[in-house]
Amino acid sequence: MLAFIVRRLAFGFATVLGVLFVLFVLFFAVADPDDMAIRAIGERASPETYAAWKRNHGYDKPLLINPEYDWTSIQRYTDTLLVDHYERMLSFRFGRSDSDDTPIWTRIREGAGPSLSLTLPLFVLGLIVGITLSLFVAFFRGTYIDRSVLVICMLGMSVASLIYIIGGQYLIGKLLRWFPISGFDPDPAVIGRFLAIPILIGVLAEFGGTVRLYRTVFLEEVNRDYVRTARAKGCGEIRVMLRHVLRNALLPIITNVVLAIPFLFIGSILFESFFGIPGLGALTVEAINGNDFSTLRTIVYIGALLYIAGQILTDICYSLADPRVRLGAEASA
Amino acid sequence: MSWVSNIIVALLVAGGAYVWIWARSNRLWREAMRALVRRRRFALIILGVYVLIGLLDAVSWVGGDGVQGVAASEARSVIDRIFKPSIFREKSYSEPFAQVEFVGGAALTFPGQHVLGTDILGDDVLYKTLKGVKVALLIGGLTCLVLIPLALLFGVSAGYFGGKIDDAVFFVMSTLASIPNLLLLIALIMALGKGTLQVCFALGITGWVGLSRLTRAETLKLRELEYVQAARALGVSHPTIVMRHILPNLAHLVIITFALLFTGLVLSETILAYLGIGLDGSWGRMIDQARNELSRDPVIWWNIVAASSALFILVLCVNLIADALRDILDPRTLRERP
Amino acid sequence: MTDAATNTPLLSVEDLSVTFPVRGERAPVVDRVSFAMAPGEILALVGESGCGKSMTALAILRLIAKPGRIEPHSRVVFDERDILRLKVTQMRALRGAGIAMIFQEPMASLNPVQTVGDQVIEALRLHERVSPAAARDRAAEIFERVGIPDPRGRLKAYPHQLSGGLKQRVMIAMMLVVRPRLLIADEPTTALDVTVQAQILALLRDLREELGMAVLLITHDFGVVNELADRVAVMYGGRIAEEGTRAEVLGAPRHPYTQGLLRSIPSLAHRGETLEEIAGTVPSVGLWPAGCRFATRCPKVFEPCNAEVPPAVRLSDSHRAACHEIAHEVRR
Repeated sequence: MLAFIVRRLAFGFATVLGVLFVLFVLFFAVADPDDMAIRAIGERASPETYAAWKRNHGYDKPLLINPEYDWTSIQRYTDTLLVDHYERMLSFRFGRSDSDDTPIWTRIREGAGPSLSLTLPLFVLGLIVGITLSLFVAFFRGTYIDRSVLVICMLGMSVASLIYIIGGQYLIGKLLRWFPISGFDPDPAVIGRFLAIPILIGVLAEFGGTVRLYRTVFLEEVNRDYVRTARAKGCGEIRVMLRHVLRNALLPIITNVVLAIPFLFIGSILFESFFGIPGLGALTVEAINGNDFSTLRTIVYIGALLYIAGQILTDICYSLADPRVRLGAEASA
Repeated sequence: MSWVSNIIVALLVAGGAYVWIWARSNRLWREAMRALVRRRRFALIILGVYVLIGLLDAVSWVGGDGVQGVAASEARSVIDRIFKPSIFREKSYSEPFAQVEFVGGAALTFPGQHVLGTDILGDDVLYKTLKGVKVALLIGGLTCLVLIPLALLFGVSAGYFGGKIDDAVFFVMSTLASIPNLLLLIALIMALGKGTLQVCFALGITGWVGLSRLTRAETLKLRELEYVQAARALGVSHPTIVMRHILPNLAHLVIITFALLFTGLVLSETILAYLGIGLDGSWGRMIDQARNELSRDPVIWWNIVAASSALFILVLCVNLIADALRDILDPRTLRERP
Repeated sequence: MTDAATNTPLLSVEDLSVTFPVRGERAPVVDRVSFAMAPGEILALVGESGCGKSMTALAILRLIAKPGRIEPHSRVVFDERDILRLKVTQMRALRGAGIAMIFQEPMASLNPVQTVGDQVIEALRLHERVSPAAARDRAAEIFERVGIPDPRGRLKAYPHQLSGGLKQRVMIAMMLVVRPRLLIADEPTTALDVTVQAQILALLRDLREELGMAVLLITHDFGVVNELADRVAVMYGGRIAEEGTRAEVLGAPRHPYTQGLLRSIPSLAHRGETLEEIAGTVPSVGLWPAGCRFATRCPKVFEPCNAEVPPAVRLSDSHRAACHEIAHEVRR
């Protein structure tokens, strides 16, 4: 078990290095610092201004090889953008934004809270709705209830999330006037009023896909031999579903779910910018519009980092939830 | 550039015909096609209409009917020639089938002829919606054409040869898969710049990992099957084994994934459009431009309704077909028996 | 043992049909099967795979999964109640308590994420009001009875921690903890090693003596039949071909299918003789011949076989066979 965790961590770290390389290629090789300087301060500035900008933002070194040093010196290869990039990212010194010079780390810390306050309830509610509904549908498998829910899911899956947001905002906020259509206030007394619409719409937009996915997971379990055993010893259908099918189906569902947890911090790009929630999603949009490469780079990096952490967590969770894996080492004959 | 798209149309039609003839000659595929037609006749017809519109919009040539307000060198497609957008237009908004302008109430140039009304610039909404068909098919289709061979190449070689190649491919896949999809997409487009090819390329890079994983796992299984082992023992070369025994057995996976990817790509383009990095003339762009019109009073609904309905119907049809294909081609689902 | 005809039967199956949809039509997998079992009797239902023996067993517990269906003309009377017409709740009370069933694959048939103790206790508490502590004691008791070493410790084990033989013992314990009057054993030893097979068979025989329960044994293995059964019913193509006491069916088989089947068993064939096989293969469901199902492979086939369903001919009080040839002979 320990060896497994160590191996898993080592592979995770290798993946982080790989991600950093992808980011380097995209943000230093494909879109090079000269590009960024032009996009940041316009095309008509003097060469000195560009040079100053690049120096201020730490883009003034050569990419891979520094010709200032002799070829015997190790600094020829270390005093470069590539090494700087790895060093800064791995030590979490993200520097300042390319567009407005605010420290990126502060912005990210500030954004995580609002993002979580939207995505966490959305995630929990979506999960509850998804599992209950799909269990319900699996219980009525093959009947017209099953078929009509499947049709509704199919219709729901075919609508773009943009339409859900625009339509939902219009319907709930403007026609029915139940809640304010956008804005944010971290005060716990009123935060619910602002989050109600995005959460409602989010659950609606998600449920088609999740219900269909979980339903197939449940149906796969329903047809197993041990479920027949449970029936043969006198379990009722509801007991079969809750005690036997649900518990076994939770394993694949957990894998799916734990993987989603890290994304909660990143927030939802569409929802946040539409509903004026100052989270990381909104920060991403801001970075795109402002050609703010350093912020974007950092967000992508943190997203990947969280994902990799989530994967490792999933593997460990999976082995804890499944006695076959958990006790695998001490299995006796 | 019109000849490029004309050649692509010719190639697509020829390729489609070839696949059709080939599939008819194979009993299994012929039965699968029959089953699909029986179960999803309506969705197939609608999809056919979409493809036809897309093809008509892709065939274009210069000159011809001498419409005013068009540069002599501009190539125009069949759809352009039917609608004549430089003439068939108004000054600003008008409701579907309206006789007068929406704001002000001045008489229209073509009263009652704009089936879906006109937008802020006076362009016919039906024309713009139909133009969007080609863009949508391009996003889904072109990307998949790039992505599927790439995914097969990596997935099959990793699964078939194993060892170092497998390790390398697996590492690349894990690396790309660990960057959240939308963020990678945004980063790619930001780095590569905006434009049709760039967006399709970015979508392809982010999308191939899923299919590659599937084909790798399946190839690993196929490699161990007796008949493949037997072919190896007989000294059949690797390319022959892959062509004769591995690829045909991956076909159902590829087809199902293609259909699912297609809808995913078309839907995610709307998000890109909202972020301002989508494709020109796409439905996502139309929706994005129209979203503020909903807050006007009286509300201007026809733009957004036209674009989102066109998108919804296309995605629904492909989803329905994908669903039926999975039932027909994937034997796992046939297992629901004691 | 007791003859089914003289006493009130514990279980009587009359005209049982199970159908599945095949290309738009409902094809019978079990076709008007009738038999009876006396209390405490072991009846072996024998046949090749696909002959409908497992479906018959599942139908008795009403566990046929969709799209399969038990046809409405069927009757299954257990303890003088027609169980096909019981309410769902009554049926549930009967499963496990009146009729229990063990399956072929002990690994797949146990819930992988629950301890075996919990699974046995669940079976007990579904049918009897017992305190958790008492239920644990009962579970440990039955574990000990079915020969599981260290019963208290094993209660906490998960299925994957046990060997195949132990898992099958757990299955038996789970199904016998409420002391059912009929145990259906569907190929209980097929998935096990030969030495373990003998132990499980011995256990079943002992338990039958001790608890006085009847056993409906589903198997394709005549070795198992010879070891355990009081009476034997041979199935082919969803119908019963021949039925009688063990001595009658194994010693003096009359139906051409039974004869062929017995001749094709290595251990029962005489040394030096060539092992025979039955010509042809079993036709798949829906492609069965109209008259006798065995007509396509039968060495003694003559005209009526292809057209008419063969009648069951009584050969003795306990022995009957469904064959035109025998009917013809008896009439003459």
